[in-house]
Amino acid sequence: MESIAKLLQAIPEYDALPELLQFLIPIVTSCVIIFALLALCVLFMVWLERKVSAHIQDRLGPMVVGGWHGWAQTLADALKLFLKEDIVPASVDKVLFKMAPFIVFLGAFAAYVVLPFGASSFVTDLNIGILYIVAISSLSVIGIIMAGWASNNKYSLYGSMRAAAQIISYEIPAALSIMAVVISVGSLSMIEIVEAQKGSFLNWFIIKNPFIFLAFIIYFIASLAEVNRTPFDLPEAESELVAGYHTEYSGMRFAFFFLAEYANMFLVASVATTLFLGGWTLPIPLLSEIIPGPIIFLAKALLLIFIQMWMRWSLPRLRVDQLIYVNWKVLMPISFVLILGAGWMAIR
Amino acid sequence: MVTYFRNIGLGIWTIISSMAVASRHLFTPSVTLQYPKERWQMPERSRMRLSNKIEDCIGCGQCARACPTSCILVKTEKRDKDEPPVFASDGTAKKLRTYVFDIDMTLCCYCGLCTFACPTRCLTMTGDYEYSVYNKDDHIYHFAVETPKAGAEAEKQNPAKD
Repeated sequence: MESIAKLLQAIPEYDALPELLQFLIPIVTSCVIIFALLALCVLFMVWLERKVSAHIQDRLGPMVVGGWHGWAQTLADALKLFLKEDIVPASVDKVLFKMAPFIVFLGAFAAYVVLPFGASSFVTDLNIGILYIVAISSLSVIGIIMAGWASNNKYSLYGSMRAAAQIISYEIPAALSIMAVVISVGSLSMIEIVEAQKGSFLNWFIIKNPFIFLAFIIYFIASLAEVNRTPFDLPEAESELVAGYHTEYSGMRFAFFFLAEYANMFLVASVATTLFLGGWTLPIPLLSEIIPGPIIFLAKALLLIFIQMWMRWSLPRLRVDQLIYVNWKVLMPISFVLILGAGWMAIR
Repeated sequence: MVTYFRNIGLGIWTIISSMAVASRHLFTPSVTLQYPKERWQMPERSRMRLSNKIEDCIGCGQCARACPTSCILVKTEKRDKDEPPVFASDGTAKKLRTYVFDIDMTLCCYCGLCTFACPTRCLTMTGDYEYSVYNKDDHIYHFAVETPKAGAEAEKQNPAKD
């Protein structure tokens, strides 16, 4: 945001504007930039998801819209959702029903503030960056419960209850595996975590430290559950819950749920990239001078997203008891051991 | 305790093996056919849209009798003695004037019995399978080209037409 503020200084008579505007304009500008980037990423990810799923099932997926392999299909779908009627069923709790999609989206969107896309391309560097992400991304649970409750629909309520149980319990192993990295770095700031992995790929935590390699796997599994991806997609299980908490939504509000889901996917992939895969740094330090950081960052994040999609189309959905078993009896004890191991490595 | 670790190992192995299967299929050529651009090669002697070469039709009505769903309607009258004789392309004399030869493709069950019954082989099933229309009545094909000599009278005698 500092760099945006500096750029804005170049506008003639910018200093003559009222102080409130001078305060607000950089915030709004960075919000718009992040939203545009996010929307672009989501459009690409939805297309990618459809293509990956299709090719894994020996199909082709969208092939017509836009010419080359149906690249404009998601654009057309988004346009359709924009133009659709905003249906609010008669018996819903109207205020909660209308607010819920935006709160879910807010939880994903606000976390982008501290993501370091490059050495100088980030909105702000909070000294508690990773803690902020863990905290603010939990906001979406509230939105999901609001959506399920306000919909006045038993399937929605089931879905949101499952989401609450799942997201809150899986946050513990996710946070614990993040702690393993934080112990090694000694800082919660996202920038400092990346700086600690600079140099060559041998400094990336996933390679440098075997305990953190296991922590990465645990974080990946737990983050899948946090963003309701298969095999942990119980909250929106189409076959049993009719899409769960967003059954009653249509048009733009449904699009916001969809956007939030993919934004969350990108968020957890970005966090994993930052913490374990060295963020914007490249394996060979010389190349980092040539290729801009955001491109490297996006490439790593998209690789993780591809793995998420790959898992989605190879594994079936877990049962509720299996889901809870995996969390409390497998991931939790192992991540405690990993914290001890990472701590031992740090003070050794 | 042993079962616990065995279960974890089994879970990891399941994930790895199922992802291997998925990745193998990721690079398998897809089976999809992009329909309007690519088409199936239809098998020989496929039974699809009916077509009648009315110049060769002698109006015998055997097709209508063979049809299990009665989708063919044939109406004929005798030609006059003094009219010039008309022949089908295989030399059979067309003693009857076919003034109605309607096939209702909405009723057709594509059994092909009518084509076997046809003595001059003029009624055939073509390989054309793209003949959807906007109006249901367009699926009733009128093949007859000749008009009855005593048009009004003939209609009066057969009021059951349509």
